[in-house]
Amino acid sequence: MRTRPATRALQYAAVVVYLIFLGFPLLWLISSSLKSPQEFASITPSLLPKHANLSNYTDALNEQGLVRGLGNSLQISIYSTILVLIVALPVSYALARFRSRLRPLTNGWILVSQVFPVILIVIPLFMILRPLHLTNTIPGVVIVYMVWSLPFALWMLQGYVAAVPRELEEAAAVDGATRLRTIVSIVMPLLRPGLIATAMFTFISAWNEFFFALVLLQDPELKTLPLVLARFVGAEGQVQFGPLAAASVLATVPSLVFFAFLQRRLTSGLLSGAVKG
Amino acid sequence: MMASITAAAKAKNSGKPNNSGRPKQNREAILLFLPALLPVLILSVYPLIRGIALGFTDARAGLNVETSFIGFENFSKLLHNNLFWDSFRIGVIWTLSVTILQFVAALGLALLLNADLKFRGVARTLALIPWAMPPVVVAIMWRLLLHPTNGPVNEILLKLHLTDQPINFLGDFSTALPAVIVVGIWVGMPMTTVTLLAGLQSIDRSLYEAAAVDGASAWSQFWNITLPQLRTVIVAITSLDMIWNFNSFGLVYVLTAGGPGGKTMLPMLFAYNEAFRYGNFGMAAAMGDVMVVIIILFLFFYLRNRLRSEA
Repeated sequence: MRTRPATRALQYAAVVVYLIFLGFPLLWLISSSLKSPQEFASITPSLLPKHANLSNYTDALNEQGLVRGLGNSLQISIYSTILVLIVALPVSYALARFRSRLRPLTNGWILVSQVFPVILIVIPLFMILRPLHLTNTIPGVVIVYMVWSLPFALWMLQGYVAAVPRELEEAAAVDGATRLRTIVSIVMPLLRPGLIATAMFTFISAWNEFFFALVLLQDPELKTLPLVLARFVGAEGQVQFGPLAAASVLATVPSLVFFAFLQRRLTSGLLSGAVKG
Repeated sequence: MMASITAAAKAKNSGKPNNSGRPKQNREAILLFLPALLPVLILSVYPLIRGIALGFTDARAGLNVETSFIGFENFSKLLHNNLFWDSFRIGVIWTLSVTILQFVAALGLALLLNADLKFRGVARTLALIPWAMPPVVVAIMWRLLLHPTNGPVNEILLKLHLTDQPINFLGDFSTALPAVIVVGIWVGMPMTTVTLLAGLQSIDRSLYEAAAVDGASAWSQFWNITLPQLRTVIVAITSLDMIWNFNSFGLVYVLTAGGPGGKTMLPMLFAYNEAFRYGNFGMAAAMGDVMVVIIILFLFFYLRNRLRSEA
């Protein structure tokens, strides 16, 4: 089928409009992070900074609260990712390989957990964690994130386990390897791309999360980066746009870097599964 | 690339679990489940059940307050509260506008990207950035963009003489909700596009070839092949989008905190304020219960109708 030139031109115009709608905000954020305070004060803002400089980034990094928030977010995201992997690996193996009564229950729970408004969970969580002195602590948030991102992690990992050829495990069993031995030395190595993808996904969820952190962390010393950024905006009037934009860019970098990897890992993992399936 | 994902998903489903040696397998499965079972029961299942029950009590924030069962009192208070009805109405407007508008835009875009155009790769990669960004950062970015004095959006509107005074998009009663909806579309549309694109690429080409031989117009091919073939994907992504949008919190909390004058007070923001600003845990949980009922009713009717018409 030939497309007429006029139609083609319209198609390109539509794609360009989309790219502007999508790209302009991002471009503006990055450009804002490179502008000087004088340029912000000027009445006619320009798309590109006239004298691009990194002073907003150094200002942001000199801001005590931001650096602490960065550290807290990093800690919480890393711990909850490790915890999720430890818990999710055996479960997703069982989900993919065994027909147990727990399987429909788990899959049901995975679906239900995506549907409920978090307000219903967060109040009782708050009431459970407070007497245990776990509200306002990093371990408290870490276990909440673990449970909160587990459903999706299970969903992802299950697929990767199912893509590992069963014949390999059967061969190992014939050679006399125990189930545990088979999992550790046959399944785990083949599962590495899947584990990496799941880890990145969990890390990003924890890194971006706002609601649980808002409710559970009141101590300014413990606030995560999203909370620190949100408070920055709340105190408008004296808000400094440049450092705020710089801090926002910094907060996005880990998600984007991980995502760039994740995308390739995801497709390659699924591709190899398709070839062997 | 996307087609092989669908292929992989199909291959995955065909790998049926082994059914031999049932009793031993059950014991092994339970052992493997154990590390997850305890945390999930304590921190997810139990809180959820308790959260649902909390809506029928007078629980309040603060230590050691005895709570008692009060039946439907919270619910009748909610029904007599104008702010509840406002937030409910705003929630429905927000959910429907964001979901429908982003779906229509995403479908158009997915069709474009499925055609043989340049920039396709760029558009696809860019498409997932909003999804990976922290919602708080998205909100901050749009506050910079829509700022009444320093924002480029007003600058552009002034230059084009579309307005003679800067508009305080997020601070004005009449523009706040539409502005927030635009941001919601910005965040959600790319992900919907990519999902629809994957669906489009799994449609069998030969269907179109046969239709073209029969002389079917592009328009008729769209209605008779593309849409019916996409139905399952459309049902899945729009119902998920609706649920996510109905339950969303962080984005609007940072954009407007429900203001100005409650014009963007989504149900979750209302519930959050009840619980953590006014300490009415029972009332907030009741609000959560109402939201759950709405979501379940929606899922029931929407999925039943959609899937029935597919069969």
